[in-house]
Amino acid sequence: MSETFGRYGGQYVPEALMPALEELTDAYQRYVLNNEDGFMDEFRQRLETFGGRPTPLQRAEQLSERYGTEVYLKREDLVHGGAHKLNNALGQVLLAKYMGKERIIAETGAGQHGTATAMAAAHLDMPCEIYMGRTDTNRQRPNVFRMRLNNAEVTPVDIGRGTLKEAISEALRDWAHTVETTHYVIGSVVGPHPFPQLVDAFQAVISAEIRDQLRERTGALPDSVVACAGGGSNAMGTFHHFVDEEPVDLYAIEAGGSSLEVDQARGVAPNSASLTTGTEGVLHGARTRVLQDGHGQIMESHSVSAGLDYAGVGPELAHLVETGRVTPDSVGDDTALAGFHRLSQTEGIIPALETSHAIGWLEEATPEQLGERVVLTVSGRGDKDLETVLEETAERDIPAAPQMNVFSNPTTGGDGNE
Amino acid sequence: MSESDIAAAFEDGPAFVPYLTAGDPTFESSIEYVEALERGGADVIELGLPFSEPIAEGPTIQQAIVRSLADGMTPVRFFEFVETLAVDVPLVCMTYYNLIYQYGEEEGPRPFVERAAAAGVDGLIVPDLPVEEAQPLRTACDALGVDLIFIVAPTTTDDRLDPLLEHSSGYVYVQARLGVTGARSDVSDHTSHSLDRLKGYDLPAAVGFGISTGEQAGEIVAGGADGIIVGSALVDIVADGYENDLSVEETADRLEAKANELTTGITEQGQPRSERL
Ligand SMILES: Cc1ncc(COP(=O)(O)O)c(C=O)c1O
Repeated sequence: MSETFGRYGGQYVPEALMPALEELTDAYQRYVLNNEDGFMDEFRQRLETFGGRPTPLQRAEQLSERYGTEVYLKREDLVHGGAHKLNNALGQVLLAKYMGKERIIAETGAGQHGTATAMAAAHLDMPCEIYMGRTDTNRQRPNVFRMRLNNAEVTPVDIGRGTLKEAISEALRDWAHTVETTHYVIGSVVGPHPFPQLVDAFQAVISAEIRDQLRERTGALPDSVVACAGGGSNAMGTFHHFVDEEPVDLYAIEAGGSSLEVDQARGVAPNSASLTTGTEGVLHGARTRVLQDGHGQIMESHSVSAGLDYAGVGPELAHLVETGRVTPDSVGDDTALAGFHRLSQTEGIIPALETSHAIGWLEEATPEQLGERVVLTVSGRGDKDLETVLEETAERDIPAAPQMNVFSNPTTGGDGNE
Repeated sequence: MSESDIAAAFEDGPAFVPYLTAGDPTFESSIEYVEALERGGADVIELGLPFSEPIAEGPTIQQAIVRSLADGMTPVRFFEFVETLAVDVPLVCMTYYNLIYQYGEEEGPRPFVERAAAAGVDGLIVPDLPVEEAQPLRTACDALGVDLIFIVAPTTTDDRLDPLLEHSSGYVYVQARLGVTGARSDVSDHTSHSLDRLKGYDLPAAVGFGISTGEQAGEIVAGGADGIIVGSALVDIVADGYENDLSVEETADRLEAKANELTTGITEQGQPRSERL
């Protein structure tokens, strides 16, 4: 099995972890690729009964009218837990069980992967510890509560900016201690081989369903497929079965944050657009595109969406961008927030802030890019983001945003916009 | 292949190999600290070139890295640091692969190794570079006469040992226990098992991860180690001096005293490698 995708991928990890990666590669081949002991059958069955699959492919009527094209939404927000993350988390926790591991750890950014892992671990009766950057525990509080309710330990990570990058580093450190008994459920198509392939294998169900559902409805393939990309698991899962269908255009939408400029001196990139602006480097076990300064120090990224706020990206996605198969683009905080409000108002779907980047992109895309039939994956629902959205919206002038003065209290005179 | 300066440092008895993060907390003070380690008996010195994502490091060295980076340490400054040092013992640079890979205009690790060799670096340890990914760096190191030191972990399987030692030069770094760097009061019995496994090989085996006292160092040497690597226990002294505003001189004295304690622990137990083989 190849460990790389073109020039990207590989296994840049401490020696202590190499035997565990060998063991995992072996398990991936046996259980996932060869369905040994009926692993994949059990996985699919649990995805259905516990996870709520298949998810609908919905024609979005208002958006179709707005953009003059057929817009279909793949509703991963309806997966149990509220995001596509469960597809991978359930697969990996089940795999850990088949491998005889006794404990689960995971990192989380938006808290969606942590939540999905905590749910899967509770469902399959495994103890679970989630690492989450301090900044993220503060901005995604509802997910912290959900993880705790599912009996997972939540360990805040204080070093650095306290976001996803630090949480992954800390999870890798835990794994270096506990590798003999613990499986690290990585949350995206990132990290050392075989993680990018393993996570992609579990997320590929998204595009398998899209393809079948669209064929049944229209007898055709889509002209374009759009997905937001942080680490890239939603994007890879959404693209997987279309990669070999040349006529289908694939768009991976990253977080443009507040600007695509970088501050070299402070080592800060006010965005998370590693596919669009990053350069080749080695981060968290893989060679991929990363946001880094001229010396190779990893930059602090930024996005209003915690789940996209990461300085790296999956190596296979980086490769597909390099070969021209996938077109990357980025959407800034403002456009994403406008997308959030638009989908909420016009379709009755409150999307995750991550997904809102893809929604926002529809507004900026040309008719040629969209084609006659576009599929966009709603990777998650926005309940976790309500506080952030209210705060961020209040600071901006977003045309579609509703007034929140329902809360205003005449006796205290508050304007309620906070 | 002619024996390297690093391997030679293990000839006359078990070696003391201290680690400090270069530039912690400042360039100038850190120079004093490294020189104090030599006075305290260091046979080889490992210098950390700080990387922003040190996945193999525990909290102590993570904080050292934060201090050093905040003071402006970069790979370019690191080589100036090495050139400024007035020490006679071999120097090993410990850093992560991305910094090596990004250095210089030409693609690949060679520009970094060239500059390191010119600055007087004798060897490299790259904790996130397993043997599988090491060929380009191994080639550059061979061409420039720089040792490349690999880590043997408690989880390293027997079939990984041969390729690992084949690629290693200078010494092998025996990771005494699982986990990340950090001083511990107990040092696991994984160590003696690892040392047993390495008996058939030529390279000196230096044990690190968690060693903090002369007594521990002595025990490990008595158990057959060719060298002792001590990092976090020394970085703790630097951190303490920084947090309590101690003078550079006082912190340097404390480092020298700790190095002395460790050297004494080692020499009281150890016999020269030549006599044990
Ligand atoms: C709803 C949602 N979408 C997308 C992402 C981004 O991750 P990935 O790019 O791996 O899909 C996240 C990450 O937390 C998420 O929660």
